[in-house]
Amino acid sequence: MKPRPFDYARPDTVEEALALLAEYGDEARVLAGGQSLVPMLNLRLIEPGVLIDISRLAALDVIRDLGDTIEIGAAVTQNTLMAWPQLKQKLPLVAAALPFVGHFQTRNKGTVCGSIAHADPSSELPLALAVLGGTVVLRSKRGERVLAAEAFQQDMLTTARAPDELIVAARFPVVEGKGVAFDEVARRHGDFAIVAVAAIADGRGAALLGVGGMAGRPLVRAIDGNDGAAIPAWAEELEGYEDLHATAALRRDLLCNLGLAVVAEAIRCAA
Amino acid sequence: MSGQLGKSMLRKEDPALLSGRGRYADDLPIPAGTLHAHVVRSPHAHAEIVRIDTAKALAHPGILAVITGEDVRKLSDPFLAAIKVPVTQWALAVKRVRYVGEPVALVVAESRYLAEDGAELVEIDYEPLAAVLDPLAACEPDAPLLHPEAKTNQISVRDFHYGDTEAAFARADRRIAMTVEFPRLSFTPIECYVVVAQHNPAKGSYDVLANFQGPFSLHPVMARALRVAGPKLRLRIPPDSGGSFGIKLSVFPYVVLMALAAKITGRPVKWVEDRIEHLVAASCGPNRVTAIEAAVTKDGRILGLKLDQLEDYGAFLRAPMPGPLYRMHGAVTGAYDIENVDVKNRVVLTNKMPASLIRGFGGPQLYLALERLMARIAVELRLDPLDVIRRNLIPAQKFPYRTAAGALYDSGDYLRAVEKAIGGGRLEDLKRRRDAARGAGRKYGIGFAVVVEPTMSNMGYLSTLLTPQARDKAGPKNGAVSMATVNIDPLGAITVTADVTVQGQSHETVLAQIVAGELGLKTDDVEVVLEMDTAKDQWSIAAGTYSSRFASGTAVAAHLAAVQMRDKLKAIGAKQLNILPEDVELAGGKVRSRSNPDNALPFGRVAGTSHWSPVLLPEGMAPALSETGIWSPPELEPPSHDDRINTSLTYGFIFDMCGIEIDPLSYHVRVDRYVTMHDAGRIMNPMIAEGQIRGAFAQGVAAALYEEFTYNEEGAFLSGTFADYLVPTVSEIPAVEILHYESPSPLTPLGAKGLAEGNCMSTPACIANAIADALGVEDIILPATPRRIHAMLDRTK
Amino acid sequence: MRRVNKNERVRIALTLNGRKLSAEAEPRMLLCDFIRHALGATGTHVGCEHGICGSCTVLIDGVAGRSCLTLAIQAEGRDIRTVESLAAPDGALNPLQQAFRNNHALQCGFCTPGILMSFTDYLARNPHPSEGEIREVLSGHLCRCTGYAGIVRAVEEVASSSAPARAGEGDHP
Repeated sequence: MKPRPFDYARPDTVEEALALLAEYGDEARVLAGGQSLVPMLNLRLIEPGVLIDISRLAALDVIRDLGDTIEIGAAVTQNTLMAWPQLKQKLPLVAAALPFVGHFQTRNKGTVCGSIAHADPSSELPLALAVLGGTVVLRSKRGERVLAAEAFQQDMLTTARAPDELIVAARFPVVEGKGVAFDEVARRHGDFAIVAVAAIADGRGAALLGVGGMAGRPLVRAIDGNDGAAIPAWAEELEGYEDLHATAALRRDLLCNLGLAVVAEAIRCAA
Repeated sequence: MSGQLGKSMLRKEDPALLSGRGRYADDLPIPAGTLHAHVVRSPHAHAEIVRIDTAKALAHPGILAVITGEDVRKLSDPFLAAIKVPVTQWALAVKRVRYVGEPVALVVAESRYLAEDGAELVEIDYEPLAAVLDPLAACEPDAPLLHPEAKTNQISVRDFHYGDTEAAFARADRRIAMTVEFPRLSFTPIECYVVVAQHNPAKGSYDVLANFQGPFSLHPVMARALRVAGPKLRLRIPPDSGGSFGIKLSVFPYVVLMALAAKITGRPVKWVEDRIEHLVAASCGPNRVTAIEAAVTKDGRILGLKLDQLEDYGAFLRAPMPGPLYRMHGAVTGAYDIENVDVKNRVVLTNKMPASLIRGFGGPQLYLALERLMARIAVELRLDPLDVIRRNLIPAQKFPYRTAAGALYDSGDYLRAVEKAIGGGRLEDLKRRRDAARGAGRKYGIGFAVVVEPTMSNMGYLSTLLTPQARDKAGPKNGAVSMATVNIDPLGAITVTADVTVQGQSHETVLAQIVAGELGLKTDDVEVVLEMDTAKDQWSIAAGTYSSRFASGTAVAAHLAAVQMRDKLKAIGAKQLNILPEDVELAGGKVRSRSNPDNALPFGRVAGTSHWSPVLLPEGMAPALSETGIWSPPELEPPSHDDRINTSLTYGFIFDMCGIEIDPLSYHVRVDRYVTMHDAGRIMNPMIAEGQIRGAFAQGVAAALYEEFTYNEEGAFLSGTFADYLVPTVSEIPAVEILHYESPSPLTPLGAKGLAEGNCMSTPACIANAIADALGVEDIILPATPRRIHAMLDRTK
Repeated sequence: MRRVNKNERVRIALTLNGRKLSAEAEPRMLLCDFIRHALGATGTHVGCEHGICGSCTVLIDGVAGRSCLTLAIQAEGRDIRTVESLAAPDGALNPLQQAFRNNHALQCGFCTPGILMSFTDYLARNPHPSEGEIREVLSGHLCRCTGYAGIVRAVEEVASSSAPARAGEGDHP
């Protein structure tokens, strides 16, 4: 399948990109890694008038250690982040999540921010951002705003990004003194998760558990790791949904099974 | 067997393929002015076509033609089918669409990109009709009719009776019955269909390149549709094809469609199918519902067997369907010694893509039912499943063995092969693993499967579906011809051509091994050219690569050709060496005296005699060094008057056993250990044999656990991309231990049987049996996805 | 800023297997189609056009990526390496290719070029991967013929030797 015709623009600066977005709004699509966008173009699921290619903007291809957060620019690929020497030390949850993101070949081009912008309900990086309480930095000609993951992630494939805004970075908080764990169930290695879970916990059992794949966006809840009924109760509450690969009941059971395991693992790591 | 066969020679195909120098259909140069086509497909499972408006599409820049079903109906005839019922199919839908994805119109443009743009501008109004998707529902009297003139969706019912099942069932201790369903799936080669068609108006002929795999019995079907005599449809097959597994048989309607497009536009037309089209509409194996029942003694001996096989062929019966329902017919009792058998074969049509033959070719469907039943017999009678199997296996002394339904099993020692497989501590190890897992509260099961793998089809097998009276009227159909030619050029270089199509099975290498072996040469000295051209090559209706016909068919023809050539060269050499032909041997690139090896001539010199110096040839010998081996084994007789048919020439044997565990967190089935024992007669190239087995095993695992075409109630196709239709990656394929046992076939000079399809037949059954054992359930629906496992666990709670 | 209208065909120049080449394309043309049909290098294959099968994998500036998910214009000015660059000018297979041959790691050969390019990138980063790492990289490819075992063995053969495979052994179009 071949895409429909579209204009192509490769701005040389972020300012040029913003000017294009201001002009074209929701007729434009931002192209970074293309791993989510180009399949949709090829399948003719979307029909943008113009593609704005930011993949060569050096200003956006930067990982910055801001002390209490790590800022990842919009052009940083998943493999670039995976190879960042301080990843395990500063962002162990992201380090645990990245191997689940697609494949080596797609991580070579797919960007961290691109995955967050795409907002697939069970994808790993939006889940990690949500559990860590990270933020998304949005810029337009009107200015810049920083949205918490909670506010940014709205629903399946839907975010709070305005049509004239460019995601320039995502900021992941550095969490100290806690243990982390990540897991997911997918049909094949590297597939979209049916259910993905991420946990941050202290040694005594106070945990934050995030789940992707139970709703249109990742959900996070504080869980008492010593209360065996907490996660099953949450699963009942969330219900889940049905698609080709799983019933709602299966999703709930996966949340219970995996959730208990990652919370226990995170507590163990913290000790 | 000659010195080269039996060795794991590295492949001649590899250097080119590894360097990116393969020549697949989309790689080949095309004539100037070639246009590009894109198919407009039905979004409905069942609907009347009310109106097609092509004006907007034709007005779009770069669009040269939009062809509809009405155009096709005027210029071509419906495709011939095996069953004479009013089910007509053209290359495009005419008046009605009957499956999501059915081709409705063809846009021809300057580029594929533009053709897709034009396709979006074709306006089609449909009047949706009720659709029926389930094969059982389609048999109901009030089901929506796909072809109203046929008055039913169940277009063929045939009953077969062998022996005396009534008596057998009367004297049995127990009757064990179950219903088993085999899913609908495909083996999606990584390369899709490609057709490049040209029309020559001066000659009224067509010249088409397509990655068609055969059988070439489809050639007359294509020619008839195009209303031309055979020679006016020149069909060429490219040098390389990116896999087929049976699927590239069904490119034939597109050959006709693109040929018509070339005629209509007056320019060559090229079509490259994309993955989305391929998944929704190319081909698939048929899904089957089998009601199977055995009459057994209390120690598990089967006295009689009844099968009711309802097979779902989708919206049309494309030639040569219902192949999968009949290809196994002679072997319907599998590896078991059962004399009393009733078979009811039913063909039903539904609003899904037409099914066809894929790797396994009816075997997977049959063996899932038969082997689940064997396992069930053990459960119900509280016997060891392996004892039940062994009690019923055909004993060695009965070979060659004529089955109840007429197959002639050429060779085998099934019990010995099973002993070898379970020996070496393997079965004990499986049991140990099971006991350990169960002791820890985990769900673990052991499964077995036994398969007789038929190879090289008797072309008369499909006529079994006709009644004996109808067969008498139509005349007997039988046989299978294989042809291969060895040519030697003026300098003594060898070229081999043969009636197979290349899809990755290493035919070039094995043919070189066979011919080089007989002629005393190195495989590097033998050039094998397999780009079939119906205008210039020898071919029969059996030509092509399917039904594992190479090992017991074309390989034998090549052997015969090589032997004929060898004998001719010996006679020529004898005269020049002044010795008797019996004393001549061909070895090390020379023609020499066996008793006095110094008395030798270079091979090329002796071969050249025939070209340059025919006066030196023995008295009465014709010059020209071109020998064609024609192999037409007599065992492939027409069906008898009492419906017995030897559906294949050679029969291999497979015994599988495995242990599986259900992952308690994810509900995935994990294959813990898998052993597969193969008896495929003489192995011609062990490395290639292992590759074929591993490939089939991966596809068997895929059928058991991952792949399925799913539809919603309205017939919408839900497995439409590779994100939804789950072809396993390396991470999903478990390790497999491959064992061999060799019972050479006495029916061919090489003794080799095919082995490419076996694990497609055995592995789904083996895994299903293991899952049934793990969960203690009777009904296993494949693929055994986490969703299904979860539901089964829920039910057993 | 590079700006191209939807129906405009522009000349896209890049380096393919060491040679500077160019051809015309509109913005929507996929890199796999550009390489195969505009530049005539048909060793790279197309199996799905949605980024899952991996047959179209090429190296862009040394990094393995899906050419069906890349626009030709995105590759402008880049250094592209495809399967045709692996063998020596006289046709001699490089160690990775030879290992594939030794281990029957291909049958129909259609998925093979993409796998070779993936590992050409990966082995340059990690010359001695474990079996698990090899399987991880290979899981980004679909093969229908081999059941994958021969491919894993082939890469293991190269991984355990001291001479890693390198792109650019042969500069061919």
